[in-house]
Amino acid sequence: MELFLYTALFSPLVGSLFAALFGASPKTKIAGIVPSALLGVSFLSSLVLLVLVMGTGLTLHVEMMTWMATGDLYIPFGFVVDQVSVTMMIVVTLVSTVVHVYAIGYMDHDKGFNRFFSYLSAFVFSMMILVMSDNFAGLFIGWEGVGLCSWLLIGFWYHKESASWAANEAFIMNRIADLGMLIGIFLIYWNTGTLQYKEAFAVMPSLDNAILTWMGIFLFIGAMGKSAQFPLHTWLADAMEGPTPVSALIHAATMVTAGVYLVVRANPLYSLVPHVGLFIASLGAFVALFAASMALVNRDMKRVIAYSTLSQLGYMFAAAGLGAYWVALFHLMAHAFFKALLFLGAGNVMHAMHDELDPFKMGGLGKVMKGTFLMMTIASVALAGIFPLAGFFSKDLILEVAFVEHHYIIYSVLLFTAALTAFYSFRLVALIFHGEERYKLFGIHPHEAYKFMLVAMSPLLLLAIIAGAFKMSYFEMVSKLLPATEYHVHSAATYWIMTIGTQLLVILAIAYAYKKYTSRDIAVPDGTSKMENSFAYKLLISQYYIPYFYQEYIVKAYRELSEVFWTKIDQKVVDATVDGIANVFYQTGERTRVMQSGNLSTMLKWMVAGTVALLSLAVVFGLAARYSVEIKTFLSGLGV
Amino acid sequence: MEIGLNHYLVLSTILFAIGLVGVMRRKNLLMLFFATEILLNSVNISFAAISHYYGDLTGQMFAFFVIAIAASEVAVGLGLLIVWHKKHNNIDLDNMSTMRG
Repeated sequence: MELFLYTALFSPLVGSLFAALFGASPKTKIAGIVPSALLGVSFLSSLVLLVLVMGTGLTLHVEMMTWMATGDLYIPFGFVVDQVSVTMMIVVTLVSTVVHVYAIGYMDHDKGFNRFFSYLSAFVFSMMILVMSDNFAGLFIGWEGVGLCSWLLIGFWYHKESASWAANEAFIMNRIADLGMLIGIFLIYWNTGTLQYKEAFAVMPSLDNAILTWMGIFLFIGAMGKSAQFPLHTWLADAMEGPTPVSALIHAATMVTAGVYLVVRANPLYSLVPHVGLFIASLGAFVALFAASMALVNRDMKRVIAYSTLSQLGYMFAAAGLGAYWVALFHLMAHAFFKALLFLGAGNVMHAMHDELDPFKMGGLGKVMKGTFLMMTIASVALAGIFPLAGFFSKDLILEVAFVEHHYIIYSVLLFTAALTAFYSFRLVALIFHGEERYKLFGIHPHEAYKFMLVAMSPLLLLAIIAGAFKMSYFEMVSKLLPATEYHVHSAATYWIMTIGTQLLVILAIAYAYKKYTSRDIAVPDGTSKMENSFAYKLLISQYYIPYFYQEYIVKAYRELSEVFWTKIDQKVVDATVDGIANVFYQTGERTRVMQSGNLSTMLKWMVAGTVALLSLAVVFGLAARYSVEIKTFLSGLGV
Repeated sequence: MEIGLNHYLVLSTILFAIGLVGVMRRKNLLMLFFATEILLNSVNISFAAISHYYGDLTGQMFAFFVIAIAASEVAVGLGLLIVWHKKHNNIDLDNMSTMRG
């Protein structure tokens, strides 16, 4: 069984290295096919492990080798396959296999084709390390690895100013959060003496509550960065500068969920500090609403989906914060399927529209792109949470959790957000696929994507539809590891009112979106309509002025501070000191150079002078040693 | 007045000083060799004198070593000197400055 573990873990690495061999050569199909095939192998191995874990309840734990062993510190390269990590492995490998195959078509005309697959597979490898590691140090390596690959892939089209800017923004913001996470890890090591999950969590119940609170907070700061929670959320929307398969894989399905995974993995810690959990849940609910509101008006198709991702991450944190870890993980899984599908569909649309992203300039694409239309519609239905698609089971469960736990504010916020989610999802679908064919004004001739891309997407389509059916078997599996709380509304009447009410609300929102955005008089907004000049619209379209605020008050202030440090401290103090020391030697050399005249007579004189100097020193020390007692008494008389 | 150890040591010191001045001041290479010989022999005198004073033969043995080594040094040095003189037709120290830094 260990063979399957290593296969699942290392085949993405092999694929990445293989594609890297062709990094500098022109596009080679094989550089895309081999990594995709290897990821398929990785997926199959993960599937075998899933069957094993699900069937027998066994978990796998291997120590590949010792990484660090000094004194009391012992950190191995250990990997664990248990109910939680196997879920993540399946999600990661499945979505990445699909995305890899899809990208063979999507990146067809790109010059960096080979490079792209090398990065993408390297990302999958880092993600596998992240989810499979059995200790916090390994998790951190994976965490940094996915951060690096995310930077490489957001800035994939590095010649574009905006892309490299977005890549740097994402990287720097994640680094800020990683500092928090590192502090959290240090705190764990200090207080428990180990970084292994199992041993650290076993010690935690005996620790002081204040320390546990700090651990929980600092680890969550790390999670906030990676999962783009407020106030570190701005990078996610800007990360859409990367190629669409990247957005689908990294910025929707896998990497951004690493924060949720961390909270779920650290559930023994968060169960001990419910107040931190409540904070996480509240922040999650806030972000869900906050991001959904920005998605309402945005005119960039990919950004709308990015905000939707942010909003769904908020849902996951709300569930995890309330202690419903398995619900969070379940929503993570379901969300990965339909959100990746949605992104890949958006990629098809982008291709058809020659990289046009404004849905107002599309319209009526449903006739030309039937396959994509079907897939995106189903993905949106799943996202909106309509019975019986995946989103219904996972998202309604989160609502139920909030309700059962008596957090009615969180519940109503999430419920309202569900309606918003349905609205903006179908605003997008309606604008892209229905109504007038506005793209004709721009002289674009859209075409459907390659057939194999659609075939590659179909597993996601299938899972977006049926993933909800696995709810109970999934619950049985993970409840061996996570707190097994079933969330049932006690009275049947309340349950039915809630469920049907939610469904009606969502359907109403969808209907409203359709009615509003399929009408014949939708035109490309030009900034003159009344709605566009309203305060609320301006607030939402400029993302609550948060990026502006960061730019003006943090980036600029930091820049000025750096300027001061550069000209005042670095140049005038540090450089001056270093230069001064160098100058002393330089001058000494310059002055004493004349000694080396090459004249034997002069040299002999110097030799004599040296001998005399050394002899006098010897005499002085000899005398000092001989009269040391007297010298000491004399000095003590002086009061030294 | 009996001649004691101090007299020998004073003699040795005076000879050493003469040799040292010679090493420093002389420009003729041959004279430099003489000065070096004076230096070495001043040391030999103190070796022999101190050895006699303590009744220990080690010092005198050492003096013989010094004499032997001085002889071989002079042999090598004079050989080099002759070669130099054949080549440059002088043995002035100030002309030997090929090691100028």
